[in-house]
Amino acid sequence: MYKIIAKKQLNSAVEEMVVHAPYVARKCEAGQFIILRVDEAGERIPLTIAEYDRANGTVTIIYQVVGHTTRLLAALNPGDSIVDFVGPLGQPTHLARHTRVLGIGGGVGAAPLYPQIRALHEMGVACDVILGGRSREFVILEEKFAPVVENVYVTTDDGSYGEKGVVTDKLRSLVASGVRYDEIIAIGPLVMMKFAVLAAKELGIPTMVSLNPIMIDGTGMCGGCRVTVGGETKFACVDGPDFDGYLVDFDELMRRQGMYKEEENHICKIGRG
Amino acid sequence: MANMSPKKVPIPEQEPQVRNRNFQEVALGYTAEQAIEEATRCLQCKTRPCVAGCPVNVPIPEFIQEVAAGNFDEAYRIITRENRLPAVCGRVCPQETQCEEVCVRGKKGEAVAIGRLERFVADTWMAGHQPETPEIVKKGIKVAVVGSGPAGITCAGELAQLGYDVTIFEALHAPGGVLMYGIPEFRLPKALVQREIDSIRKLGVEIVCNVIVGRSITIDELFEEEGFAAVFVGSGAGLPSFLRIEGENLNGVYSANEFLTRSNLMKAYEFPKSPTPVRVGKRVAVVGGGNVAMDAARTAKRLGAEEVYIVYRRGEDELPARAEEVHHAREEGIIFKLLNNPVKVHGENGWVTGLECMEMTLGEPDASGRRRPIAKEGSNFVIGLDTVVVAIGQSPNPLIRQTTPGLETERWGGIIVNEETMKTSKDGVYAGGDVVTGAATVILAMGAGKTAARAIHEALEKR
Repeated sequence: MYKIIAKKQLNSAVEEMVVHAPYVARKCEAGQFIILRVDEAGERIPLTIAEYDRANGTVTIIYQVVGHTTRLLAALNPGDSIVDFVGPLGQPTHLARHTRVLGIGGGVGAAPLYPQIRALHEMGVACDVILGGRSREFVILEEKFAPVVENVYVTTDDGSYGEKGVVTDKLRSLVASGVRYDEIIAIGPLVMMKFAVLAAKELGIPTMVSLNPIMIDGTGMCGGCRVTVGGETKFACVDGPDFDGYLVDFDELMRRQGMYKEEENHICKIGRG
Repeated sequence: MANMSPKKVPIPEQEPQVRNRNFQEVALGYTAEQAIEEATRCLQCKTRPCVAGCPVNVPIPEFIQEVAAGNFDEAYRIITRENRLPAVCGRVCPQETQCEEVCVRGKKGEAVAIGRLERFVADTWMAGHQPETPEIVKKGIKVAVVGSGPAGITCAGELAQLGYDVTIFEALHAPGGVLMYGIPEFRLPKALVQREIDSIRKLGVEIVCNVIVGRSITIDELFEEEGFAAVFVGSGAGLPSFLRIEGENLNGVYSANEFLTRSNLMKAYEFPKSPTPVRVGKRVAVVGGGNVAMDAARTAKRLGAEEVYIVYRRGEDELPARAEEVHHAREEGIIFKLLNNPVKVHGENGWVTGLECMEMTLGEPDASGRRRPIAKEGSNFVIGLDTVVVAIGQSPNPLIRQTTPGLETERWGGIIVNEETMKTSKDGVYAGGDVVTGAATVILAMGAGKTAARAIHEALEKR
């Protein structure tokens, strides 16, 4: 059993949870993820590691309450336990000593972005970040990014906070104003990553993305997380989760992500009933 | 005087058209009377070829003699001297190519039903006894076992019995390895696997789940930071192979690993009671001809598919699956499309609609000794489908070899060992089971676990 140490509401749909998981905390690095099962009858879901504390053996996860399992997770409190919490999974992010890097975090994608930007900052790389969301409350972790980046830019679809527009608008205007980036790290909803990559490609900036497809074991066993990268089939769990955004077939991935839509709706209705 | 009936006492089974709609066990097992009757077919011959035919050398005539005399508990004790998983082996061992293949009775008629008797003895014991906690004098020496499948369980059990402090590290949330995620409930009930795991725990073996050796901890760290004196790697062959044909990433295409794991380990057949779903549809093709392919096809049928095909590029004689599994699959209505090779998965709106195949003929034997399939030009045709399951094999997971300097492996990923001792190229590290051989049988993995345990004990005694 893995004890919940702390829990915090980040907005109406997003929560942060600190879990005691020494085997994960001892080795995990930025970019890696865990798989958890809430209870004995539960499904396995992958979640990216947002922070870790090796000394205390804890790992922080940030998740959006969207489906059956995240709803069960949201019902738990500090002192309660999760039945399974396994990791670290995936390859750590390859962090290069660039001069300037731009992070783009869409919604809850800001969570896996944070440890990568923090690690770059600690290596002495200058970083900026664009945080995007539907409206003000979907922009998270702004205060966490502040000390590790030079600029935090915020965009919201409805203009309720920061600049009205989407992250790619801000990206284009920054580059137009003369800021030079060696690399972009874009993490968020698939559709955001797809368009961020398209824009970055036009601007000629290499872009890494982090993928979180449907998977069961997370160790290369099921192959459910296959993704086409540069025309080759890769397993996001062991070959990723980070990939060169230019090479990812996002359309295929979005389709695969919808494989169990009917079942998800079905089980969520039962859960609510 | 032995019972000279040329035939085995038949084992009661669920009717094919009933069982292909449920997940309960296919074979129901002998009654005591049936077991005694079958046991008296054993001639108790001096040459005992069956014992040599068994990879873990169960004293077969001795246990059968006790069954014939009605001493079922004594029979169990005799089997478990050599075999830690009799309830499992009695069900999934390919006896027809091992002990029963060489049985003297098989020369004129059918071999003694050794597997069925082993199963009867194990089931009878389990029904009447709880796992025992034996008195073991501890040595205070730690040994780590990676993976809780048949190789790992056997190695751990043997070493615990000898007094070592054994910890098994399992990557999944439940111990048992392929016995849990791979082999379906209708062939191997999970409650039985659980019982076998419990009896290993009673020997003092600690099982730590959710730890991925190669990620959560490395083999070097097991020695340096955790103080283990030896490590046995029995991590299996979990990496699925795909066909590498167009359309393989369409929705509705599964690896057999994923399809079976969803159904077996995650209990997708109980959806929505279990929240893990599996998509089956009305028409399913399973590509491949081994036991895993049979398991996937029979699972698809039970999950409600109306038509289930086995698509295999070679012929009937080349099917690698056990004859019994092929027979059971046919009885349950699985349609065999032999000598057909898939060349493309067809789809619409991102979902599978069909599998394009080419007809094949067989040429000269290839490197595997089986006749090489050759495509017939222009013979392409499409089977309309909702789901495709790819069951063409698995290879060892790369995580351990990538993170263990000094561990030599074959080009295909198998760990290289000395077969006498199962010792690898790295000091203190032993390996066995599918991670060494590639996907093989439960009993061969158990034999390797046993050999390694003996070698680890000898090496640690000499220290």
